[in-house]
Amino acid sequence: MASMASLLRRNYRREPFVLLIRFFSYSSSHNQTTQRIEKILVANRGEIACRVMRTAKRLGIQTVAVYSDADRDALHVKSADEAVRIGPPPARLSYLNASSIVEAAIRTGAQAIHPGYGFLSESADFAQICEDKALTFIGPPAAAIRDMGDKSASKRIMGAAGVPLVPGYHGVEQDIDLMKLEADKIGYPILIKPTHGGGGKGMRIVQGPNEFVESFLGAQREAAASFGISTILLEKYITQPRHIEVQIFGDKHGNVLHLYERDCSVQRRHQKIIEEAPAPNISSSFRSQLGQAAVSAAKAVGYHNAGTVEFIVDTVSDQFYFMEMNTRLQVEHPVTEMIVGQDLVEWQIGVANGEHLPMTQSQVPLSGHAFEARIYAENVPKGFLPATGVLHHYCPVPVSSTAVRVETGVEQGDTVSMHYDPMIAKLVVWGENRAAALVKLKDCLAKFQVAGLPTNINFLQKLANHWAFENGNVETHFIEHFKDDLFVAPTNSTSANEAHDAARLSATLVAACVISSEHSLLEENPPGGNRSLSIWYSSPPFRVHHHARRKMELEWENEYDNGVSNLLTLTITYKPDGNYIIETEENCSICLEVKATHLGNNDFKVEASGVIMDVSLAVYSKDQTKHIHIWHGSHHHYFKQKTGLELSDDDEVRHKPSFDRSSHPQGTVVAPMAGLVVKLLVKDGTKVDEGQPILVLEAMKMEHVVKAPCAGCVHGLLVTAGQQVTDGSVLFTVKDQ
Amino acid sequence: MLRILARRAASASSALNSHPWIAHSLKTRPFCLGVLPNGIDRTSEPFARNSDAMDDLISDLQSHITKVLAGGGADAVKRNRSRNKLLPRERIDRLLDPGSSFLELSQLAGHELYEDPLPSAGIITGIGPVHGRLCMFVANDPTVKGGTYYPITVKKHLRAQEIAAKCNLPCIYLVDSGGAYLPKQADVFPDRDNFGRIFYNQAVMSAEGIPQIALVLGSCTAGGAYIPAMADESVMVKGNGTIFLAGPPLVKAATGEEVSAEDLGGATVHCKTSGVSDYFAQDELHGLALGRNIIKNLHMAGKEGLLNRLQNINEEYKEPLYDVKELRSIAPTDLKQSFDIRSVIARIVDGSEFDEFKKLYGTTLVTGFARIFGQPVGIIGNNGILFNESALKGAHFIELCAQRNIPLVFLQNITGFMVGSRSEANGIAKSGAKMVMAVSCAKVPKVTIIVGGSFGAGNYAMCGRAYSPDFMFLWPNARISVMGGAQAAGVLSQIEKTNKKKQGIQWDKEEEEKFKAKVVEAYEREGSSYYSTARLWDDGVIDPADTRKIIGLCVSACMNRDIDDTKYGVFRM
Repeated sequence: MASMASLLRRNYRREPFVLLIRFFSYSSSHNQTTQRIEKILVANRGEIACRVMRTAKRLGIQTVAVYSDADRDALHVKSADEAVRIGPPPARLSYLNASSIVEAAIRTGAQAIHPGYGFLSESADFAQICEDKALTFIGPPAAAIRDMGDKSASKRIMGAAGVPLVPGYHGVEQDIDLMKLEADKIGYPILIKPTHGGGGKGMRIVQGPNEFVESFLGAQREAAASFGISTILLEKYITQPRHIEVQIFGDKHGNVLHLYERDCSVQRRHQKIIEEAPAPNISSSFRSQLGQAAVSAAKAVGYHNAGTVEFIVDTVSDQFYFMEMNTRLQVEHPVTEMIVGQDLVEWQIGVANGEHLPMTQSQVPLSGHAFEARIYAENVPKGFLPATGVLHHYCPVPVSSTAVRVETGVEQGDTVSMHYDPMIAKLVVWGENRAAALVKLKDCLAKFQVAGLPTNINFLQKLANHWAFENGNVETHFIEHFKDDLFVAPTNSTSANEAHDAARLSATLVAACVISSEHSLLEENPPGGNRSLSIWYSSPPFRVHHHARRKMELEWENEYDNGVSNLLTLTITYKPDGNYIIETEENCSICLEVKATHLGNNDFKVEASGVIMDVSLAVYSKDQTKHIHIWHGSHHHYFKQKTGLELSDDDEVRHKPSFDRSSHPQGTVVAPMAGLVVKLLVKDGTKVDEGQPILVLEAMKMEHVVKAPCAGCVHGLLVTAGQQVTDGSVLFTVKDQ
Repeated sequence: MLRILARRAASASSALNSHPWIAHSLKTRPFCLGVLPNGIDRTSEPFARNSDAMDDLISDLQSHITKVLAGGGADAVKRNRSRNKLLPRERIDRLLDPGSSFLELSQLAGHELYEDPLPSAGIITGIGPVHGRLCMFVANDPTVKGGTYYPITVKKHLRAQEIAAKCNLPCIYLVDSGGAYLPKQADVFPDRDNFGRIFYNQAVMSAEGIPQIALVLGSCTAGGAYIPAMADESVMVKGNGTIFLAGPPLVKAATGEEVSAEDLGGATVHCKTSGVSDYFAQDELHGLALGRNIIKNLHMAGKEGLLNRLQNINEEYKEPLYDVKELRSIAPTDLKQSFDIRSVIARIVDGSEFDEFKKLYGTTLVTGFARIFGQPVGIIGNNGILFNESALKGAHFIELCAQRNIPLVFLQNITGFMVGSRSEANGIAKSGAKMVMAVSCAKVPKVTIIVGGSFGAGNYAMCGRAYSPDFMFLWPNARISVMGGAQAAGVLSQIEKTNKKKQGIQWDKEEEEKFKAKVVEAYEREGSSYYSTARLWDDGVIDPADTRKIIGLCVSACMNRDIDDTKYGVFRM
């Protein structure tokens, strides 16, 4: 045992995260002759593909990746032993294309397919095709997927098995008038959701009867686009719910156990952003009730492999209801892995190999607390709209063996495209208890460096720092409930001033770091490749009888002041001793003596008025602008610096209108994100009311209704359904008449 | 990296120097080949006295500098800003490679020269790199008399062009000038080295392949209009930049036509219609960026010196072993007192390493080889009056350096050649002539620093202004004159006395003293470093602590050209 412990410890060091691996009791393996899995095709992309491959590699199993044209150079392709192209970028032509994936498995000789999550993971048909082609589908039996995939059917089964259900309509009859009647019967607010799929896609909350029709049709459309099936169910909408789900696992021998629950209450756009395990503020008896209910749910459908039973917990009545069962490995499975010390992908492979579960219910450990924060490329102020762009700088926190895991499928320089989910990474932390884990979460979020596209990191920080979250008072309306604390009030002069002071300090540090790295660059690579002039570039720059000075102008947007763009003008004086005196030109001139040492790459040590700190800087150029990100302590600031002057501009070029919002006349509506125009609701020239929907955009399978900003006449509506538009491009103008 | 280590080592050793038990090991240093000893006793009474005196001189210098850096005064500066214009030094800063050095020349030109102050002669000149190319900048200061050309302004402009022509430096003219200062037209316009010479130089330099670039950032009237017109390429800034031979008032007077400055000679007219200018800039910053771009595209123009520069420069070098700031404590206030020039050399050259040539012969002249910022130099410094042997040794050493293409650095502290019958009989004039011949004809770069006195023929032999050193700077304590004030007073009073005697007039003691005092006073004033630098007899007064840096920059600038072969005239044997 001691030698195994040391072996495991060695393993930890090699693996980016650590799991207390218990070896399966292969009681069945020596009397069965079924072929064990030696090569797995991972029918997915991004972080989950990488994560599955990592465990496979550790187990000595070869891996095959599949990729669309957009992912040719993606990390999951690089991580695999082999990779097979399966089609063009759109998911329905590649990652949802079951036949080409199966063909790829056959071509490469893989015995098994791991579907990950999303895409084909909950397609019973796909599971069936695999079975037909003698490929092991690493997941539940097709029948269980089918039963649970149809939400109406699943509820019938669960009801029969005695699992509590939310009142609602789960009928096959989908006539809109009947649905409306059913809705009226259940009482508003009502939740509309597609019977198939998950992840909040197609889901709508209807506050009153007059909104029903538009929402219903929208939900149908999204469901059809995402899952191919447009059946809708209706449910009572619980106003103060918690979303708690139980991880269950079954083997092919009828054993089912649960691995405790996860609380995924904190959501935006009906998608989880912070998950934790175990759920805070619940009693152990409630925990075991949930667990037992989940196990009975699984047993009711003859389940094996990994699954998640989702419950909605009414915080007012302390009742829990069955919501749905996800027949796949969930995005947030790592938080469970952290508290039970198990590798669930390894379990999945074991079960697929026909092995028994490695432990019994009573042997499942529960140790400490874990959080997962999902880091998305998204535009928080624009209602969490998905964002696209290039990861010009990407430096996740260093992983540590037991406490910090980063699950990611991208690398610096990769593009987050509009084709797929905009998740950049999952940050998973573990601590002895919830408070300890939360401290780590905050620290890691502060040090998680992403630049090039907007992310939700700052928002996650605010969430993690919120008192109610610290107390574990989570519920699904958490963000809505505390929006005043979590979102920036557009004009708050005290916060605006504080933010301004913080930005000024950051700008000072930026100036010092930029100049110091510029100097080290000059020393290594003098301009013009002329080393003999190095004397002219030595630091500090020489001036006869005075100190060299320079100005630096950094543009910064104050989110506490209506996002007003501030120009911070810094005057830097080079002191002969190599320090810089940096003044921020304001009404009260603030002056700091700063010393910056470039440690290499993006890292600096900066000393400012006696305080020495670690500073990281990311600089990249785009659109004739230098984008500068700085991280120090728990601060992250983003500045822009014009570099257009270095390029020779024609006057015509300079006067060309840009996509800058401010430059558009009033009433102009620009695309809030890159996406596909799916529907035009009015014709060009139509008279519209303020707030009237004009067109529907779709990006990352989320629909976004573009509305008229004011009453008037629609002009210049030239886009057509099916047309791709870029972020910030002009869609139409509404003019007063 | 190595360089940083070297610097650290240097500073560490100077810090250790103050420890008595370390001092012992350092005392053994002189026996190391070529490493100079400290040469300064920090605890001595003269050290403190010299330091105090130099501190006074430097604070005096700094107060003059502060005034000229402020340009034409607060109001003029404010007016300039209101037109979205930068000050000339800021303009240069924006043109230079970020974080690079700038060797400004003759900051105190025009100092107390005219009835009104003329800070920096109303024009900023200097050398610095743009896209890795050393350039000569000539920037009018519109806050000083509207950027008009006084006689000294012309002289400073021409001196910058002279250096550019000699060192093969592309010229960037930042034009913002009202043209010649009309009240002084007689001293500005007609002579050879007057206003017209500016354009002549542009033409000649352009012919030699030295790029001439003009950025029109303000007005460019009358004669000034030829600066952009004669340039290889020019940029004009919309709104501020104007070029015309006659401004709107003169046009109205001459032809009756009423026209605005912008319509008469603005950027649009000249970039779109007349073709006088090539690049249209939206604003000043854009104009300066275009200027940088032009330099970026020079390609090989004026670059033949490159090979020359690449040879034999050590990329890694050591800082001097001793603190360069101590250069402020070496020169005595009393020029009669001597000091060992080696203590200056020890604080100028890399690693304080100086391989002395003919150390035991003609000891009043110190000659030897060293490096400054990795660049090889031959150093000639005075350690007393020039004797026959010293002059011969000097001539010999110059010949060596000229043959080996080693730039020469002259450290002047010279009261002159030895006088007296013995000296004359030994042919001191002949020996001196040899050294003057060698200095005059040596084609290698020459940099002269006057660290003390510069009197009589010593000034000539040690490459004074008349011998066209590439660069020449003075320490604030420097004095230049044909002889010392007291000696001149003695000579002049002798002659006066004789004259008066011929006329039968008795000169009483008191009057004679008065006469002498007047002469001494005049010599005192005219011999000062400020008097010299105001008239552009040099390229600037410098803080002794900057000497190493400035020589380094000068040598680097000089090496921008090919060195011609040296040919001497007839040496009188």
